[in-house]
Amino acid sequence: MTLLNIILKMAEGLEKTCAIFFLTLLFAIPLGMIVALLRGSKFKIISAIARVYISVLRGTPLMLQLIAVTYGPYYLFGISISRNKLIPVVIAFTINYAAYFAEIYRSGIDSMPIGQYEAAQVLGYSKIQTFFKIILPQVIRRILPSLTNEIVTLVKDTSMAFTVSYQEMFTIGKQIANSQTSFVPFVVTGVFYYVFNAVVGFVMGRVEKKMSYYKI
Amino acid sequence: MSVLAMSNIQKSFGSNHVLKDITFHVDKGEVVSIIGPSGSGKSTLLRCATFLETIDSGTIRYDDRNAAETVNGKAVYAKNLNDFRHIFGLVFQNFNLFPHFSVLKNMMDAPVSVLHRNKEEVREECMALLAKMDLAGKADAYPCELSGGQQQRVSIVRALAMKPEILFFDEPTSALDPELTGEVLKVIKQLADEKMTMVIVTHEMPFARAVSDRVVFMDKGVVVEQGKPEELFGQTQNERTKQFLQNYSNT
Ligand SMILES: Nc1ncnc2c1ncn2[C@@H]1O[C@H](COP(=O)(O)OP(=O)(O)OP(=O)(O)O)[C@@H](O)[C@H]1O
Ligand SMILES: [Mg+2]
Repeated sequence: MTLLNIILKMAEGLEKTCAIFFLTLLFAIPLGMIVALLRGSKFKIISAIARVYISVLRGTPLMLQLIAVTYGPYYLFGISISRNKLIPVVIAFTINYAAYFAEIYRSGIDSMPIGQYEAAQVLGYSKIQTFFKIILPQVIRRILPSLTNEIVTLVKDTSMAFTVSYQEMFTIGKQIANSQTSFVPFVVTGVFYYVFNAVVGFVMGRVEKKMSYYKI
Repeated sequence: MSVLAMSNIQKSFGSNHVLKDITFHVDKGEVVSIIGPSGSGKSTLLRCATFLETIDSGTIRYDDRNAAETVNGKAVYAKNLNDFRHIFGLVFQNFNLFPHFSVLKNMMDAPVSVLHRNKEEVREECMALLAKMDLAGKADAYPCELSGGQQQRVSIVRALAMKPEILFFDEPTSALDPELTGEVLKVIKQLADEKMTMVIVTHEMPFARAVSDRVVFMDKGVVVEQGKPEELFGQTQNERTKQFLQNYSNT
């Protein structure tokens, strides 16, 4: 197999890696916010449930969660595993990353000075207006660096989908390497992830720059 | 007619009894200064008047309507509190401007999105206010680009943009370098000359004396004495007031 062939085959896997990556962000970013808000709820039970959710998902291996979500339904209920493993894989990544995002959001929300809420309240803003107009934009600005870290980690973590044999980039790289008894496919895989993250880093850098028109 | 009338206000933080049966009113067009030692409850009184703290018992009336009253010994607030919020504005010690909004947006956003007023109309009014306050060139600046004195002036015009009937100030110059207090005090003086109804908590005694129609001296959660500035500063017979003012002139 020529290098070009390897690259072409990997590019097919890249599509699936991208699917995991973007779908996870799409769902985990808002879900994490919901979890963060529940965690900050003044109802003790709701806040406790959110805390347990966060601690379990951050305290157990992502690989285990992938296996649990993909094969769990079969073992528990005898539901056959769907042919399209993208769904369980994205679910597993989403619930896992939502827990991490929730912690980041919470730290950002906690870092907001109380005076911002008070100024908004005196001006008559509703709670919802205060959150979306005053608090959230500043929170995003504050947490962007940590969010970038997490997103870079997600790019690399997508490779864990190999544990459930989902045909993403890493799985394919590994398969080629095994069949060719060559190390080259691993190097190509590494380059693919590296370039992916370089793009992520560039985009996030631009976003951060765009948001830093004011000092905090 | 009183714009604000608070009566028999009780407020405790845990076992700390901070406001002890305070009765306090402000008439239309009146400028009232509140002075008193640290911890006497001045900020708490303003925060209760602006609903940032809830009173334990007592009555808060704005324009002769009850915002809070006491039923069976406990304070009950009106359902439509937000309608009352439009009556007053509050200027904080540390400004609390919205850092992600430009100066103009800081001023315009609440009138437009809270009062649902016409955006162009609000813009014109805000630009006029900025011009009046010598801030015309700063409309598009962000708060972080302004000096402390400018930021506090912006926070004053932000409050004014809501067209409040009464404006509260909690030590508006305490967070400023001494050379910047003048420009803020000048703005407040200007508002006083225009008969804006104001309540000012301040440690600037000469300013309180110059600008106020009435001075209220608070200590340990009670109003010890109140009166015209020349009476209170000039010839008070009250020992506690004397003591406090003496300590002040010594520093
Ligand atoms: N949120 C709070 N929780 C608990 N105690 C509080 C709170 N706010 C104020 N206090 C207490 O209430 C008392 C009065 O405080 P307040 O801030 O009203 O005084 P002040 O007259 O404004 O003083 P200063 O001149 O220092 O600003 C103090 O003993 C203070 O510790
Ligand atoms: Mg105070």
